[in-house]
Amino acid sequence: MLLAAVLLFSGFSGLVIFAPRADAGNTVPANLAAVGKKLPKSFASNLPITQLTEDEAILHALNRLAYGPRPGDVERIRKMGLEKWINQQLNFNSGDDAALDGKLSELKTLGMSSEELLEKYPPPNEVAKQQGITPEEYRQQMQQEMEAKRQELRQQGMDPAQIQFETMPGPQRIQTELDLATIDRAIYSDRQLYEVMSNFWANHFNVNVNKGADRWLITDYVQHTIRPRAMGKFEDLLVATAESPAMLFYLDNWLSADPIAFQQMQAELAQRRRRFEGIFAGATTPQPGEFPQGGAADQQMQMRLPPKKEDRGLNENYGREVMELHTLGVNGGYTQADVIQMAECLTGWTIRAPRKDPQFFFDDRIHDQSPKTVMGKTFDYGGMKDGLEALHMLATSPATAKHISFELAQQFVSDNPPQALVDRMADEFLQSDGDIRAVLRTMIYSPEFWSKEAFRAKVKTPFEVAVSAARALDLQTSISPQLVQWLGRMGEPMYQCEPPTGYADTADVWVNAGALLNRLNFALTLATNHMPGTSTDLDALLGQDASTNPELALSRALDDFLGGEVSSQTRVTLEKQLSDPQILQARLDDPVKHVNEGLIAGLVLGSPEFQRR
Amino acid sequence: MRISRRVFLKSGGVAMIGMSTMPAFLRRAIADTPAPNKKKLVVLFQRGAVDGLNMVVPFAEPNYYALRPTIAIPQPTSGGQEAVIDLDGFFGLHPSLQPLEALFHNNQLAIVQAVGSPDPSRSHFDAQDFMESGTPGMRSTEDGWLNRSLQEMPEKSESAFRAVAFGPYLPLTLRGKASAIAIPDLKQFRLYGNPQVTEGGFESMYAQTVDQALHGVGQETFEAVDSLKKLDPDNYQPENGAEYPKSRFGKSLQEIAELLKADLGMEVAFLDSGGWDNHVNEGGVQGQLANLLGDLGQGISAFHQDLGDRMEDVVFVSMSEFGRTAHENGNRGTDHGHANCMLVMGGPVKGGKVYTKWPGMSDGQLYQDRDLAVTTDFRSVLGEIVTKHLGNQDLGQVFPGFENDPAKFLNILKS
Repeated sequence: MLLAAVLLFSGFSGLVIFAPRADAGNTVPANLAAVGKKLPKSFASNLPITQLTEDEAILHALNRLAYGPRPGDVERIRKMGLEKWINQQLNFNSGDDAALDGKLSELKTLGMSSEELLEKYPPPNEVAKQQGITPEEYRQQMQQEMEAKRQELRQQGMDPAQIQFETMPGPQRIQTELDLATIDRAIYSDRQLYEVMSNFWANHFNVNVNKGADRWLITDYVQHTIRPRAMGKFEDLLVATAESPAMLFYLDNWLSADPIAFQQMQAELAQRRRRFEGIFAGATTPQPGEFPQGGAADQQMQMRLPPKKEDRGLNENYGREVMELHTLGVNGGYTQADVIQMAECLTGWTIRAPRKDPQFFFDDRIHDQSPKTVMGKTFDYGGMKDGLEALHMLATSPATAKHISFELAQQFVSDNPPQALVDRMADEFLQSDGDIRAVLRTMIYSPEFWSKEAFRAKVKTPFEVAVSAARALDLQTSISPQLVQWLGRMGEPMYQCEPPTGYADTADVWVNAGALLNRLNFALTLATNHMPGTSTDLDALLGQDASTNPELALSRALDDFLGGEVSSQTRVTLEKQLSDPQILQARLDDPVKHVNEGLIAGLVLGSPEFQRR
Repeated sequence: MRISRRVFLKSGGVAMIGMSTMPAFLRRAIADTPAPNKKKLVVLFQRGAVDGLNMVVPFAEPNYYALRPTIAIPQPTSGGQEAVIDLDGFFGLHPSLQPLEALFHNNQLAIVQAVGSPDPSRSHFDAQDFMESGTPGMRSTEDGWLNRSLQEMPEKSESAFRAVAFGPYLPLTLRGKASAIAIPDLKQFRLYGNPQVTEGGFESMYAQTVDQALHGVGQETFEAVDSLKKLDPDNYQPENGAEYPKSRFGKSLQEIAELLKADLGMEVAFLDSGGWDNHVNEGGVQGQLANLLGDLGQGISAFHQDLGDRMEDVVFVSMSEFGRTAHENGNRGTDHGHANCMLVMGGPVKGGKVYTKWPGMSDGQLYQDRDLAVTTDFRSVLGEIVTKHLGNQDLGQVFPGFENDPAKFLNILKS
């Protein structure tokens, strides 16, 4: 493994030897540790930056530990010092900051519990049932109502984006508000690394909003399961997701039961029901399949109906994915038998009622009480402790440390991160009991993070494209359902990844012919102010003097959006486009020709350089 | 013709770089060889592992009913809409696949049962990767079997549409050296703004970039945009009364039909569908799986109808990463299993037959005591199609590490 690391880095210098590293017990290749231009101590301090210039290092930090630079960010970090900014970022661990306050308060569902959401925006099928109509009839009824409302709002002169938002079916509104919150947080929050990590974990512990009740459970999941723990301990996060109604529903564990225990429970319930009926002897008991008609008393009787014959048994879906995806990794050394017994450890972890009372609860009656062996360790505590101990074993396994460290390094460093770096992060993961912040610190204080090879090595995902473009443009957003829809068109609809793997983060998935087109169209739409619910003031951004001077407008756009990190080819190509009459247009009432700054900005944001971070 | 702007844009480069590295569209323009009468392949990936035992039901297998007390599809003898559609006295279609019945009996549709990957993985993403790369058990393979099957073929078509995936990204099946393109939405496949500035600007930026990953991608994208200008997807009318389902699957199939009819040089098309991972309440005659199968059957049948005589050159093949457990689980669903079934449809197919070495479903016959055993390697089915239909004889390249002996083909295709 050490040899592999040497080979990986031998591209930097001919001489490869190992030198001890000051701040960790592990070793790093000497060519990264000592060679190169040293940055001023005050600026980088203890950061092992040897291959990047000051400006490159700031851009790199903003592209990796944040969602790209906003106007003025580079200068601000230069002034305060890079290490200080990084430590600030590492220390944010929860909540939203002042930069966001106004924005999020418009998104009412964000502060609602799952119960409130179910009550305020009930599932259409349930409403239809209550009204005694078919779901299709209800859908048509809603469509007519919404169309009428749309007409009305249009007459009031409401902005189209706002109309689309106001006439959305309730359940869709929940999702759109969450999407908008995530986008706004990524654009505006000063706690950038915290936002990157929150989104990293929401993707790692993927839940698909389109699966049944999850539409009403996802807001609570993001707000109260993921976000408070995004910079904390991995095991806390793992247990919180395991107990979350959203995950229990998504990966079916809420239905998983020990089949024998379930039958016993059914038998006991039936017995109790018979005893209860004995007390009310004389009352007419409805026959199976016969439904009592109306009234509260009848509802009581309905409870006495024999339950629908239903068997419940083991479901291994979550048991498998918690090992394969959430912790150990697919090569983590578990077998099919381990999957089954892991699932048995987690029987009884369920939801009271996903669409009525969406609370986690441990149902001891359906828990498998027999001893279970997962990866050689036996769990025979009984009750919820079986699952907790099994999760503890997974959370503290070296395979998990490696798997999580690899995923982090892939997100922050490169698609194929150096093994030596992953190893050091995994060591820190184990030593710190899965302290996420400590693992990030190890990564950031590694020369590999600041290597020339890592610089601009990552291709942006659609979410990163959208948010970094918004930041570059100093975009103002109000409610923009279209912005949300564009992420879908670019291939990354938010919280809608169907398989439990979550979205990929590597270039091979996101860079392909055809798909590129939507990135370019997105850049043009956003920069030319054609995205309803958003606006950018390019006159202010690029300067008044640039509004009649295309060369100046282009050079400012390249500086502001790409930090000047642009190839001469791209620069020359864009300069050639400036002579096009579309770029410099005269208006009828104004003899002075004005630069089409939106078009220039759109071209720069669609450039090959902007696709990388 | 329509190359004029591009030639003008890049003419400076042609002399310098010469034919070998010349952009594909220029080579095409110079050679100007249309590729008529080509064989086409359409590949469907059912992601999430479809329950092949409820899709093509072994109704004469007693254990099928014993293992699936609540989700089994009743035997054909029970009659009507609520039962298996008998195909050959042993296997039958799920009633939602009724649109496929005629295709089977007209010998256009063949079914392979108990087919799959020899790798035991029950991980969706591993098994999908293995099937898409065509190298079970090997995680390091970076390209897909379908891409390799184009790499090794004599270059007959230089179309930007030679290989197309219908969706927002390129699946592993199509990733690799041979150029391939993803079309998220045919109707939106154009660049916004004034073409002279936006297309011209972006195209030359991506043509000039030193970014290796993005350079080729840009070029292929703009070629495709140019070729598609003559299409009018908003006004496409399916022929022969074909009605595509209004799902993403139906939409993709219709787009494939449209591109095939436009003769833009598409040789292989890929599409996928999801929702097959039914761990809970899978349903039997009705329910989640039944709805998805309804979409599948209606889509395939509409595609066949729409293409009419053109189906003589088209093969459609479906696959899914693994099958599902032979027995139903504790939630009236099924968990991850092993063998599955594949559909092979089209003019070149020797249809009307279920191709299988049926492994049985009794104790001792099930794989690891729980799943249908694999008796046909999926690479043998695909290998036959790649060789006989696409004309690629170098199966060692397409499916490395698998001895794909033509003598052992199931002979699903006519020749």
